[in-house]
Amino acid sequence: MDNAQMVMYEEEAQQVTEVIDQLVKEANAKVVFVVDKNGQLISSSGETEGLDTTSLASLTAGNIAATGGLAKLLGEKEFSILFHEGEKDNLHISLIAQRVILVVIFDERSSLGLIRLRVKKTTEKLTEIFESLAKKAASAEAGSSPFAEITDDDIDNLFS
Amino acid sequence: MSFINYSSREINCKIVYYGPGLCGKTTNLQHIYGKTNPESKGKMISLATESERTLFFDFLPLSLGEIRGFKTRFHLYTVPGQVFYDASRKLILKGVDGVVFVADSQVERMEANIESLENLDDNLKEQGYDLKKLPFVMQYNKRDLPNAAPVEELRKLLNPDGNTEFDACAATGEGVFETLKGISKMVLIELKKGG
Repeated sequence: MDNAQMVMYEEEAQQVTEVIDQLVKEANAKVVFVVDKNGQLISSSGETEGLDTTSLASLTAGNIAATGGLAKLLGEKEFSILFHEGEKDNLHISLIAQRVILVVIFDERSSLGLIRLRVKKTTEKLTEIFESLAKKAASAEAGSSPFAEITDDDIDNLFS
Repeated sequence: MSFINYSSREINCKIVYYGPGLCGKTTNLQHIYGKTNPESKGKMISLATESERTLFFDFLPLSLGEIRGFKTRFHLYTVPGQVFYDASRKLILKGVDGVVFVADSQVERMEANIESLENLDDNLKEQGYDLKKLPFVMQYNKRDLPNAAPVEELRKLLNPDGNTEFDACAATGEGVFETLKGISKMVLIELKKGG
């Protein structure tokens, strides 16, 4: 289990957004989002208005965690793809670089085949981004955290 | 673990409410949800059975305000307290930044408290965490009940190391925000150290 802190920088955030914007277009998807395995939303693209992305992120991570638990019990390393079929919308969830989750919501304008094909390509790109991000974060000084400088007063002010 | 997003200037932390079945973890979150301004909270999600027992987790996203230009967000989770949901509890502890242990003050729940606390320690170890190093607060809940054990006794059994502790009655909300503030502060102080 990797207990390192997750960090996202401007440069990588932009790269991730570009990649998932492209996926929305190429796969005719409604919404695409990327979630940290712990349930924190990293980036989203597509028709996200009116969508509770925070809750979706947390539940997706719970779903992946539960599925991972099932895999372990069966002696599998992981189930890397989940697919939920609805009457109108469908959910395609896949695990990337063991660290982040790619969620694609699509309807009849697309198909599972097309989604799988495009997700595969996107997975390669995102893997690269997140691997280089992990290296960058690991090499950054521990003291460079923006929170190293905060005072007890800053913290107290949050609660006043 | 916390998630620092330099791009959206946000910091996200995960706090888990742990404790034996029916000790009031969900009630803590419900009170926080009920008393927080709509603009600083998200939807509360409860994955519960038909009899309102937590099946997987409750989830409540809260935003506390800004520190040095970074929005601080806390994601509060509860675990299912019943003994046989252990596999689910382990999953929810992944990536935790701080733990609140909600103890049931009733004398007859003392064994359940101890068992749950030991279970927390075991499950954290399995994830590579050390309860002694993690931000941790103890909440003695249900202080209003006539069969509540004296705090000294609870302390001796559940908190011999003298972690920060709070008396509470989650049903009326007493002590709930004090507990939340206590753990949030500890998590932020930990971040300051470079987490």
